[in-house]
Amino acid sequence: MIATARQIKLQHVNVKLFVKDPAGVDLEPLIPIFHSWILGSPFEEMLLDIADYRHVPSGPGIVLIGHQADYGVDNTDNRLGVRYNRKAAVDGDSQDALRQAARAALTACQRLEEEPRLGGKLGFNGREIEVFVNDRLVAPNSIATFEAVRPDLEEFAQKLFRGGEYSLSYDSARDPRSLFSVALKSSRPFPVADLLQNLAP
Amino acid sequence: MPEAMAREIDVFETEIALRKQGKIDERLFAETRLRRGTYGQRYDNGQRHDGQKVQEMKYPSGELTKGPNTMWDAPGMQRIKIPGGGLNAEQLEMMADLAEEYSDGIAHVTTRQDFQLHYVHIDDTPSLMRRLAAANITTREACGNSVRNVTACPYTGVCPDETFDVTPYSHALARFLLGHPDCQNFGRKFKPAFSGCAQHACGLTNLHDIGFIAKKRNENGAEKIGFEMYVGGGLGAVPYRAKLFDSFVPPEEILPLTQAIARVFARLGEKKNRNRARIKFLIQDLGIEKFKDLVLEERKTLSHDPRWTEYIAEALREQETPLKPGGEWPEGASEAFKRWLKTNTRAQKQKGYVVVTVALPLGDITSTQLRALADIVRRFTKETIRTTVEQNFVIRWVSQSDLPALYEALQSAELVAPGAGTLVDIVSCPGTDTCKLGISSSRGLAAELRKRLAEKTFELDESVENLHIKISGCFNSCGQHHVADLGFYGVSRKVAGFAVPHFQVVLGGEWEYNGGSYGLPVAAIPSKNIPQVVTRLTERYVANRKNGETFKEFVKRTGKAELKAALDDFARPPANDRSFFSDWGDPREYSIEDIGKGECAGEVVSSVEFDLAAAERELFEAQLAFEKGEIDQAGGLAYRSMLGAAKALVKIGYSTVSDNPDEIVSEFRARYYDTQKFFDPFAGGKFAQYLFAAHDKAPEKTGVPRTPDSTRYLIDESHLFIDAAHACYNRLGTAVSV
Repeated sequence: MIATARQIKLQHVNVKLFVKDPAGVDLEPLIPIFHSWILGSPFEEMLLDIADYRHVPSGPGIVLIGHQADYGVDNTDNRLGVRYNRKAAVDGDSQDALRQAARAALTACQRLEEEPRLGGKLGFNGREIEVFVNDRLVAPNSIATFEAVRPDLEEFAQKLFRGGEYSLSYDSARDPRSLFSVALKSSRPFPVADLLQNLAP
Repeated sequence: MPEAMAREIDVFETEIALRKQGKIDERLFAETRLRRGTYGQRYDNGQRHDGQKVQEMKYPSGELTKGPNTMWDAPGMQRIKIPGGGLNAEQLEMMADLAEEYSDGIAHVTTRQDFQLHYVHIDDTPSLMRRLAAANITTREACGNSVRNVTACPYTGVCPDETFDVTPYSHALARFLLGHPDCQNFGRKFKPAFSGCAQHACGLTNLHDIGFIAKKRNENGAEKIGFEMYVGGGLGAVPYRAKLFDSFVPPEEILPLTQAIARVFARLGEKKNRNRARIKFLIQDLGIEKFKDLVLEERKTLSHDPRWTEYIAEALREQETPLKPGGEWPEGASEAFKRWLKTNTRAQKQKGYVVVTVALPLGDITSTQLRALADIVRRFTKETIRTTVEQNFVIRWVSQSDLPALYEALQSAELVAPGAGTLVDIVSCPGTDTCKLGISSSRGLAAELRKRLAEKTFELDESVENLHIKISGCFNSCGQHHVADLGFYGVSRKVAGFAVPHFQVVLGGEWEYNGGSYGLPVAAIPSKNIPQVVTRLTERYVANRKNGETFKEFVKRTGKAELKAALDDFARPPANDRSFFSDWGDPREYSIEDIGKGECAGEVVSSVEFDLAAAERELFEAQLAFEKGEIDQAGGLAYRSMLGAAKALVKIGYSTVSDNPDEIVSEFRARYYDTQKFFDPFAGGKFAQYLFAAHDKAPEKTGVPRTPDSTRYLIDESHLFIDAAHACYNRLGTAVSV
């Protein structure tokens, strides 16, 4: 049976924002930064450990492991970006799950943009956000899933890119075994702070 | 999903629920989950050192535990058994999905051909196991006191040098022992391995509890196949080389004989003292002949089981076959392709085919790469791929004419790193990254060495290129450092009042001949100096080697005294370089100990350090004597080195302790063993027992001379005892400073 609109309640949402100028970005300084995040607990999640995968090409990069979610500076598909991987369930509906994950990712991006130890080298492209669902049972990678979640994603994108034009892009040619993902693109770039503001409760 | 697997997972899920309700004791639950491959991981005791102090980690499930001192919510490691390392494309895809959904997007290949997923929550494990079971993979008995993964040479069936293909036999043994009632009451784990030949490393039978090497012999004009069977090998803190049990066991006897061995091990093996519970200790205590007699007697009591032989005819028919016809060796291509061909391909015994090695950095592979690999093995082979003990994959049955296309496909997946099996292909256990027992960052060091060596790979002398580097984060040897040319294992040392991560440099091990011989520690060197150690040792080898001399032979000829002297300037961190007080890839300060806490403690500290250094020197002399074959001298020195280290600690509270061994041991026992101050957080009193045993068995007391074997073990035990004395002293320093 083909899933119909809003049949899928999203969980395990991942959000990735891409680095504006990835050439020459050194990930090593992120390790002490992430250690300081574990120490300072700046997020709502309980942060636990750091996994360093810089040796793996186009891999997860450096991952800040948390109990409810992981934060990573990830280079999957050779596209460097901050990826938030929600592991614990989020109360509420799909909008809540999307908003929670996006806000967490944007907050991390904002901290990294402002981080003096990075000297402003990590800036984010505020016109594209990729949303994944890291749960194949909830969201198999198919056009049917896309059709089912499109209304939720549109509602979310409208808030995120408030005042701008946006589009949703589901790549049906992508490997069906990979996670279901949709790119949310805006016609103009937004500063991270504005995107965060747009998602404020 | 097979019904038995489904039932097994249902039971585990129920046990999880019961544990949450407090209806299962935490110790019982711990062994239950371990037998399903569900391990703890670093910081699962709810404590994490942040570089300044230990922080309590307050998990949402509060005080609920999944084992003693193991918090429920703490992420864990899931080990997944892959018998003989054999996989198919569907299983690779399943591993990819699980790594993404339950772990951090990385699957890790271990030194025993397993997979490991890290940072997995225990509540997710039943779902994870069901999905594995759907792909016909089990995690059952991947850990715990059970029969672990049955490993096998990944080239078997296609290797030109093998006697015959051991695959059907290794698979049959794995199936037979899985959940077998005779294998449920061991005091410790039991690891089997198969090799198709005696001369290569790939099966590592010498370092296994039971090892089978393929053999043929002529009986009355007919060629018969069978196995040379070894028992009682093992690495761990003190490595034991396996002993020959039988020079020729026919195939129909390998299952019943293993069953008989399991029953003897379960009945007579140590149960209370985990540190003496591996079968190697039972065999050492009984002697191989007595052990063999007991096993053969046990064999006679077994009722016939049709599974002993029914697999043979069927298994032998199920031979791997190629997807494509054999082809010609490719000509004319880029330098990168040629280099990859040289290091990452190996001719099969079947004309026109090669085995291709996919070298994984530190054994890690992403989900995306796993899927690409699944596509590649479907496209070029009949899904004939295996994991290796060098933490890589091998793709078998590749037609030579497909090599350019295969290279291109691997390149697209970024899986085309050259140098498989060479100096850059460094093996490492997880170490402090995720392992509860890690002392130093083995993966951090491996990544650093790999980066530096890869940069100068084209400058490396050919004699150096094929050396093996293996790194363990602690003395437990999961990185197999004992059988490397250049082995390292993590230890800590105190320098200027601060703990500094170090590695013991272990030289002279032999990778070939199934892990033919074990190296001995030469010196403890600060972690940050290890890259320079590698450079100096390899340069020295290149400059001074004689024609055709292997690194092992070079080490033996040069002698450890000279090699140690060559490393002396690396033995201490340079003054004012704070980077030595943190480990590779981890900026946190390695220790919280502070030299400024009290003058008296400082004085005692200096004295203890001095005495421990003296003990280490004495132990080094023991090694030199051992090398010269002076067994009595070596044994006496090793024993005295332990006494010296024990005395160093005793002097902290009893400065006038005499040199009388009885008094030293008695005072040490009262002050450090009975109080558990000497206990390692995980090994408990194991290392103190080495001293007590050496003291009780001293020839001066018993009149029984030491043998070369027992002296070799005594030297290894003395190393561990002195390392433990350093660790104990570090802890005391912490206590003093608080």
